[in-house]
Amino acid sequence: MATHLSAADTRPRHKRVLPGLSLSLGTSLLFISLILLLPMAGLVMQSVDMGWDRYWQVITDERVVASYKVTLWAAALASIFNGFFGLLLAWVLVRYDFPGRRILDALVDLPFALPTAVAGITLATLYSQNGWYGDILESIGIKIAYTPWGIVLAMAFTSIPFVVRTVQPVLEELSPEEEEAGMTLGASDWSVFRRVIFPALWPALMTGIALSFTRSLGEFGAVIFIAGNMPYVSEITSLMIFVSLQEFDFPAASAIASVVLMASLILLFAINVWQARYLRRLHGRS
Amino acid sequence: MSSSKNTSSQLRVGDKPWVKWLLIGLTLFLTAILLVVPLISIFQQAFVEGIAHYFSSLLEADTLHAIGLTLLVAALTVPINLVFGVMLAWAVTRFEFPGRKLLMTLMDIPFAVSPVVAGLLYLLLYGNNGWIGSWLYDHDIQLMFAWPGIVMVTIFVTCPFVARELIPLMQQQGREDEEAAVILGASGWQLFRRVTLPNIKWALIYGVILTNARAVGEFGAVSVVSGNIRGETNTLPLLVQAQYEDYQAAAAFASASLLAMLALLTLLLKAFIEWRLERSIKLESDKEKKTTA
Repeated sequence: MATHLSAADTRPRHKRVLPGLSLSLGTSLLFISLILLLPMAGLVMQSVDMGWDRYWQVITDERVVASYKVTLWAAALASIFNGFFGLLLAWVLVRYDFPGRRILDALVDLPFALPTAVAGITLATLYSQNGWYGDILESIGIKIAYTPWGIVLAMAFTSIPFVVRTVQPVLEELSPEEEEAGMTLGASDWSVFRRVIFPALWPALMTGIALSFTRSLGEFGAVIFIAGNMPYVSEITSLMIFVSLQEFDFPAASAIASVVLMASLILLFAINVWQARYLRRLHGRS
Repeated sequence: MSSSKNTSSQLRVGDKPWVKWLLIGLTLFLTAILLVVPLISIFQQAFVEGIAHYFSSLLEADTLHAIGLTLLVAALTVPINLVFGVMLAWAVTRFEFPGRKLLMTLMDIPFAVSPVVAGLLYLLLYGNNGWIGSWLYDHDIQLMFAWPGIVMVTIFVTCPFVARELIPLMQQQGREDEEAAVILGASGWQLFRRVTLPNIKWALIYGVILTNARAVGEFGAVSVVSGNIRGETNTLPLLVQAQYEDYQAAAAFASASLLAMLALLTLLLKAFIEWRLERSIKLESDKEKKTTA
């Protein structure tokens, strides 16, 4: 999930003179096998052990299906919001000079630096009935904490940096010629943005939104404090795994986890393939 | 940095003053609501029952223990992932081999996987009923619901950070410097220490800071394998949860304020290192321009 778009693989093939292939590759493969592949194999075995009927029954359980829906909807809304907000932030950071720009730039990464549990209790406190925001929102009849909207809010908060950091470098490298030509010909700001700038940005924007969506699907710490966790209404899928574990129902936990894992792996591969194609186009290679 | 600052007086999209200040105003307003106010409220909530209460709750035995455990986890995780990250980055940027792309995708999995799933993976394998766990159980070794399990899942969750920072940079820098050093007779270790390390120093520190921030703050994966034994297997984020759910909000926010301060320090260091990286890349390209001219 590269947030850094680099000029990958533009070097010619070399004869191998550098040392350390077997050491570095060996260590990496051993590490990845032990840390990553072995535990994943364990999950597959556990799911196979339980038999298809039971597996199907667990993953299509009504309460679990409700949790898929809430998680997907909330993640979709959160990442769409971040599409807009992230684009705005990236634009303002790249195009304008104003007092506090560097501070704003640093602050964008706060959601990545702040532990999710801290974000969770902070948002829950702010938006609950007696909180600073909850108080104001209540007076106009809006309730966010302990409703599905709280989930959207927590997911949006934790994934703010993705879109900004994918769009920012592309916006910085955008050449001004076409844009200035359009402006000189008297086209409006909006139509030049729509016809010239947006087409150049949207692959990066989509990548950012997809990364934000993937992260939101898996978010746990920030969400559980503000969600209220009502069955069928505001339970996310990660919480369903957690609940099964607390009931010592390991097979059920593994079955649900296998669905979540599959979804995130598919998303990860899709994003990587998409990025590879987009990078090739960017660097003018076949 | 941005090309808008060195081009002619040509007007570009969004340069009209009212558009510019409208967009800046909107951004600052949203950032204040979404990021700045929440950040301030952490400290406000932490001090809501007074300074004396703040310090006394930080000095409780459970809190001190949680701080110690969290530092231990970070102290073990960061060096392990540092070595792995450098090895992986060296392998994929300095050599061609079949499966190279696949290896880079595999490395990204911990970022894509829900932390709860990550914790579960380890619990299944090393818990008392797991393949390895049952063998360990027979030999009286307990990894899950104890600190080694916390370290293991934290390594999983944070393993991509260092490699992710190094790979784009090392790809960009190419291998010419290193190949020259080898031809001049440098040994492997000399090569790494004298040629590679100075080039990747800042990216490496950056990766370490990100690894550390995540290691200290990890919640979902750790809460699955910790067993939540207060004063024993509670890291600082887990203690925050325990205190919050016990209706000790001020104590929870006091613990949270420590994590928030670390987050702020992380952002500060990150900004500093980005500035250094930008500068070193600029020096590099100036040098190249001079040699080609």
